[in-house]
Amino acid sequence: MKVKKLKQVAPVEDKSNFLSALIRVGSRTEKALSAGAWRLIAFAAVIISGGCGGAQSALDAAGVQASRLENLWWIFFSVTATVYVIVMAVLLAALARRRRGDENTAPDLAPDERRETRIGNTVKAAVAVTTVILFALMIVSFRTGRAIQTLSGSPQPLQIKVTGHQWWWEIEYQDAVPSNNVTTANELHLPAGRPVKLVLQSNDVIHSFWLPNLHGKKDLIPNYPTAFYFQAEKTGTFWGQCAEYCGYQHAKMRFMVTVEAPEDFDAWISAQRQTSAAPATDAQKRGQQIFLTGTCTQCHTVQGTIAGGRVGPNLTHVASRPYIGAGSLPKTREHLQNWITDPQKIKPGIRMPMSNYAPEDLQDLVEYLESLK
Amino acid sequence: MKHLKRNSAGEDFLCVFAPSREIFLFFRKGAEALRRPESFNFAAILVLLFLVSGFAACEREERGFRVKTPDADRINSKQLSTLQPGAPLPASPPVVNEYEGNAYALSEGKRLFEYMNCSGCHAHGGGGMGPPLMDDKWVYGGEPEKIFATIVEGRPNGMPSFRGKLPDYQIWQLAAYVRSLSGQVPKDAAPSRDDNMQYKKPENSKEKEKMNDASVPKSAEMPQ
Repeated sequence: MKVKKLKQVAPVEDKSNFLSALIRVGSRTEKALSAGAWRLIAFAAVIISGGCGGAQSALDAAGVQASRLENLWWIFFSVTATVYVIVMAVLLAALARRRRGDENTAPDLAPDERRETRIGNTVKAAVAVTTVILFALMIVSFRTGRAIQTLSGSPQPLQIKVTGHQWWWEIEYQDAVPSNNVTTANELHLPAGRPVKLVLQSNDVIHSFWLPNLHGKKDLIPNYPTAFYFQAEKTGTFWGQCAEYCGYQHAKMRFMVTVEAPEDFDAWISAQRQTSAAPATDAQKRGQQIFLTGTCTQCHTVQGTIAGGRVGPNLTHVASRPYIGAGSLPKTREHLQNWITDPQKIKPGIRMPMSNYAPEDLQDLVEYLESLK
Repeated sequence: MKHLKRNSAGEDFLCVFAPSREIFLFFRKGAEALRRPESFNFAAILVLLFLVSGFAACEREERGFRVKTPDADRINSKQLSTLQPGAPLPASPPVVNEYEGNAYALSEGKRLFEYMNCSGCHAHGGGGMGPPLMDDKWVYGGEPEKIFATIVEGRPNGMPSFRGKLPDYQIWQLAAYVRSLSGQVPKDAAPSRDDNMQYKKPENSKEKEKMNDASVPKSAEMPQ
């Protein structure tokens, strides 16, 4: 029935054939890829793989829960990548297959029973495999979730209350003895190898606590405290970030996490339990005077002085923190001065008002803040 | 619904759902009209008007992050003594607090009202140790500049002075919010529902109180 005509050898390539076009583009690309282009591709690969490590990455796990999550991520990644490669290979094979006959004959639409059965079986098998893979991934995912949950039931966790504010983190280390409570801001110090219980709540809108090296995300919801357990294993410095859009300065709502050996942590927390250092030099004394008589005390606390405001971050040991403004700027003398003078330039929309200190007053004020180790 | 219809060529055809055909014809008519240049202009103007009205919603008001405060030199507190040398001064023109029409400033005032512990005595405006702020009685005056003066100077028997403890613009925000408690500010700018449990009508649905002078309580009288 099929009339096969001998196809003439065409002097030019068949433009209607998608695959040949593809091949043409491919060979052209190959030729065009000079050493520079290869370097560009290598650079892109490095940039992409940069997401696999670092101080704010779920693929560089530093804790028990995070490594489970990382394993799960790699399982999902390898399975889905394999499926993707297979599907793309089959798609290319389908494109490469020629239709029966050629462009001069009418398409052969006669049903071929054997062929139909084969196609039907292939589709059935593919659906079955897909279902099995999805269920397998679901089971792996559930098992990981359950494993993470059972890790939570540790006795004597270190309890830390984290309160989200627009746009900074209030962190309170809670102790059975209330006078041992430590309040700080935008920095977490954690002992390696000890379970931590975070009690999360929000003061204004919904925020989300995201510390990718140690665990997944957890929302901070106003009037609805939630708890969250994890354990850090690897010492180091990591970055966390608010992961739920919470307003104008959401991007500048970060916190720094230092995981350290238990004895270093004990040293840190006992230093934090001290009241603020008394001013030593004349400049510091004048600075304290300016601090206590001005607007600062309305919002900030410095333990050991009359400053007891609870609107802004606790400044009792502000000089021991490496950053100001929730990770906005490294804490240098210059940045502190700029921050006090015009915080609305650095972080527009925050609660802190601008102030108008004389240069020598500002210098003494910063001198005092720098003494609050 | 099945109808026999006749098309323009005079052939009968089965129409499964007649209204759908009517709708189709209506849209085709509209599409044809659009192809005519004069009706196209009309449509373009309509679309443009839509866009413009959409953009108009983009900027409702200025958020004063770096603000110039209302004129703080013109604060004048209520005269506490009737004794005055010479002829009485003419009444000074009222100060307009622009924050009263600004939703952002009013909500900042509401925050400050909690932050600065105004609620500690005035109890969200209902009054406790301090006088209520949502009623019609004003001991030291209910005009913006008088409230500003009350916050800056403090008042006998309890009201602390916030001089030097808050920047002027925040005091103006507070003064604007205090007036919203008795419905003195525009309804479209006043704060609406609270984030926490409701204990009073939202400020933007508070009916406007008439402002009356209340006498200074005996306990707050200055030694004469």
